[in-house]
Amino acid sequence: MRIALFATCIVDAMYPRTAQATVSILERLGHEVVFPSGQACCGQMHVNSGYLKEAVPVVANHVRAFDTEDYDVAVAPSGSCVASVKHQHPMVARSCGDTALEARAAAVGARTYELSELLVDVLGVTDAGAQLGSYFPHRVTYHPSCHGMRLLRLGDRQARLLRSVQGIELAELPEADQCCGFGGTFSMKNADVSSAMLEDKTANVRSTGAELCTGGDASCLMHIGGGLSRQGSDVTTLHLAEILASTAEAPASVTGDVRVSTGKATR
Amino acid sequence: MSTFLGMPSLPVFGTGNLHAAESFPTAAHRELGNAQLRANLGHATHTIRDKRLQVVSELPDWEQLRDAGSAIKESVMARLPELLEQFEQNFTAHGGVIHWARDADEANAIVAGLIRDTGETEVVKVKSMATQEIGLNEYLEEQGITAFETDLAELIVQLDHDKPSHILVPAIHKNRTEIRDIFLREMPGADPELTDNPAVLAMAARAHLRRKFLTAKVAVSGANFALADSGTLAVVESEGNGRMCLTLPETLITVMGVEKLLPSWQDLEVFMQLLPRSSTGERMNPYTSLWTGVTEGDGPQNVHLVLLDNGRSAALADELGRSALHCIRCSACMNVCPVYERTGGHAYGSTYPGPIGAILSPLLTGIESEENSSLPYASSLCGACYDACPVKINIPDILVHLRSVDVDSKRGKKKLPSQMDVGMKAASWALSSGKRLGLLEKGLPLGRLAAGPDQKITKLPGIAAGWTQSRDIPAPPQKSFRDWWAKEHHGPESGGTNAPAQGNAPADAHNNAQAKAQDKEDGA
Repeated sequence: MRIALFATCIVDAMYPRTAQATVSILERLGHEVVFPSGQACCGQMHVNSGYLKEAVPVVANHVRAFDTEDYDVAVAPSGSCVASVKHQHPMVARSCGDTALEARAAAVGARTYELSELLVDVLGVTDAGAQLGSYFPHRVTYHPSCHGMRLLRLGDRQARLLRSVQGIELAELPEADQCCGFGGTFSMKNADVSSAMLEDKTANVRSTGAELCTGGDASCLMHIGGGLSRQGSDVTTLHLAEILASTAEAPASVTGDVRVSTGKATR
Repeated sequence: MSTFLGMPSLPVFGTGNLHAAESFPTAAHRELGNAQLRANLGHATHTIRDKRLQVVSELPDWEQLRDAGSAIKESVMARLPELLEQFEQNFTAHGGVIHWARDADEANAIVAGLIRDTGETEVVKVKSMATQEIGLNEYLEEQGITAFETDLAELIVQLDHDKPSHILVPAIHKNRTEIRDIFLREMPGADPELTDNPAVLAMAARAHLRRKFLTAKVAVSGANFALADSGTLAVVESEGNGRMCLTLPETLITVMGVEKLLPSWQDLEVFMQLLPRSSTGERMNPYTSLWTGVTEGDGPQNVHLVLLDNGRSAALADELGRSALHCIRCSACMNVCPVYERTGGHAYGSTYPGPIGAILSPLLTGIESEENSSLPYASSLCGACYDACPVKINIPDILVHLRSVDVDSKRGKKKLPSQMDVGMKAASWALSSGKRLGLLEKGLPLGRLAAGPDQKITKLPGIAAGWTQSRDIPAPPQKSFRDWWAKEHHGPESGGTNAPAQGNAPADAHNNAQAKAQDKEDGA
């Protein structure tokens, strides 16, 4: 299968390892990964902050990048960005009266998948240890991000994949379904409420005794990790793609010196 | 001088207790500092939340019920004028009197006039959101009429000269010791030996209220539903105080928002399953009172209904926001909201707090009214409210819609653009082209430099300081994924899998050199 990677802006600029890990997983399964070079961002920061007019060129750019490329399905390591592509892009196009863009956006959205959704529903991954060689001998807790859980209805796909990683010890996160308080510009506009939500989330993370907290959205993980860092905690965050890409030969560590396998760059 | 053209100008926005007097972040900052409030709220919302989940999970057709509730309300909104007239006809035919009120002032004046006509100066009240919305109690007080709240929690709030903070459990922010102190201080004839035992407190309130029920000649209520096909009104309650008010006095005056209508009796079946489960987490509420105009020789003989617009027509005119009018005031959204749980209801200013308040208040008043434009931002858009809503109001989508209404309403009106305006414009330029973003990402090493030796950014200026008040930002990587892909990714090797990737680890330089050497060997 030819799979187009939507890296998402935050992963592209801040967490390249997450996208590299996504590439690695897909190539290991024998698929060809392409990276439409015109891509930038899904535009949900603009939409969710009320700047619909400013979101239009961002959305148009994404649609252009992804409907000119030849591929079977598109994937992004983010529930939130995929939800934006699927649900917000047609709405943004409609808001500016561009019916052609609306139709193209809907077509791109229809074949865009969140990573765990693609792995489980399309590529048939049920056992990450056996099928991907995933190996991660650490105590981990998992935060299911709101948009993956409530907008995409990912259910337990991410948790099932994590549980099937060799060597992993998954500690259940209390109040896991509660928002971490990120919410894009909410974290700045309503910084006090956002911080109060984060405080409870990080306390729950620390209570599990896990070495790290994983999840499917780099933005939420940046938020939770940023809070843990400020609190002086040793607990870190790591995207689930990096855990799935970690193998016994090239293990990812929890402390940042992460060595994941991707393609053939070195041998 | 204005010229009367025979038609009211639309939309007429709502007045009364619908306005935030200060911005949400300012109010929230203060409320967050109240540790007692947060503890009470956390405990109370979690208890109701769990009860709701339990009784909802018992119903195999819960999702279908939500769909039905949503569809019925949608059809009501689509034919509101016709249904209102049908209701008026039936209610009037049974001896009731209908009054139409455009806004809070008109409604208050009508109710006060009706009470004056009876010669009474005291009324008993059933808990009602509509009368709080229009500020009826305060208005009546100015007119020399005393209104006694008879719902226990409303009574507590009224005795304490406080404001409700939750639409179902208005005294959710008070604990039992505080309640005992209020009773001792404010309730005439309260036993000085009163303890903070809930049963003892309830009995004290009961004795106090019973005196009022037996002497009151006039009652004021709201209504949960109005059935167009029969002209029937319905009040759904738990304590029985409502039943007392609706049956004992001679005159009954009900104030109801026009959106409370249902087409028929049959539709009540759906809502009587949705409402108690969603609000108190009960399968069935203890008391449901239904009345159709006047019944000779039984109950109130003077029955009035004030039909209140107060911004509802304006909300109905907003295509993307109008489904907020589907709300049946169950309060499930506030019980699951992580923002409400931490700030409480007072932070929202309006009678309607929580997620529904954050959309309903600005829809009723217009986004530009006082500080209501800050309300749609009072959400992380986590979506818990949408999942809990029994009539499936897509609150997150409406929040986002109202944010854009707010931003658009300010375009071109400001002397100087805000930091957010400037940032969003710049980000729109940078993020609408892969080339431009790629070029900017060449500056990532500068961010690493700024992060310093411990590789984290701990202080940012301007609006970004909101982030760094409680969070660090990690140092950015040496290079973007885009850069790595263009230069170093060459696809999978047959059968090969593993290779250390280039991330932002200290070993990067070494790995990169290795990778390049390897690429040469491979002839790549």
